Amino acid sequence: MSEAAAVMHMGAEPQESPLTPESSGKLGMWLFLAGDAMSFGCLIVGYGILRHASKDWPVPSHILGINLTAFMTFLLIVSSVWMVLSLSAIQKGDKARFKKFLGLVILGGLMFLGCQAYEWTHLITEILPEHNLSFSKDLFATTFFVLTGFHGMHVTGGVIYNSCVLNAVSRGRYGAKHVEIAGLYWHFVDLVWILIFTFVYLL
Amino acid sequence: MSETTHQEPNYMGVFWWLLVLTILEVAVIYVPIVRIAVVILLVAMAISKAALVALYFMHLKFEKRTLAIIALSPFVLCVFLILMLTPDIFPR
Repeated sequence: MSEAAAVMHMGAEPQESPLTPESSGKLGMWLFLAGDAMSFGCLIVGYGILRHASKDWPVPSHILGINLTAFMTFLLIVSSVWMVLSLSAIQKGDKARFKKFLGLVILGGLMFLGCQAYEWTHLITEILPEHNLSFSKDLFATTFFVLTGFHGMHVTGGVIYNSCVLNAVSRGRYGAKHVEIAGLYWHFVDLVWILIFTFVYLL
Repeated sequence: MSETTHQEPNYMGVFWWLLVLTILEVAVIYVPIVRIAVVILLVAMAISKAALVALYFMHLKFEKRTLAIIALSPFVLCVFLILMLTPDIFPR
């Protein structure tokens, strides 16, 4: 879209939401996140109910690698900080600083996915067979892979989304309000992992 | 460029809190105390961390109250779901 067309498009935007006067897209993202939180909420509650009803549920910390996932939690928390720093930079008009921090957010997301790929491979090929568990037969393994996989898909989506935002800001098509909306999504992914880390790995 | 109507929160302060709580969470599972105490501590710390992210990183603290109600609505569903499914765990 040309710059003139982009300006016309922005001018034609319907009346802005009074809930988020700075951007109606932000309200849209909040509504999406509320719906997404319901999906995660159902999965976590379902996990809890199944676990509580099961007589022979293994102790997660005996099977899952707590140190690796603590590091993954740290990665997402740090990437959330980088995200707010990148927003702060673009709000002050500092594009170079913005690019540096959003680039780090994307790198943090990719590192998280790398750790998850390693964790899954290690679990599927070594740890689960040792404990006589498998994805298709045991609720422990099934619920674990469904929950962490659903979250991993969100991280993948976040990495793609943030890359698109970085590209669009670099071309001058996106501004601070778009970065703020992308930030909401990324912080949500961090927030959900904080809950998964506690309920699936530590409890 | 979007207008920020509130002062920028102390992001690094929030980061240190999140880091300390994460370390405490990992440490608490190795502390030899009764299981229920571990569960209560872990859930309390997880909710505190989630609240810190939502309030400061997602700026919910500075948004209109209606937006906070929208953001909290999934918890109502979760509580409803727990109440509906609990009879399955404790059959009469």
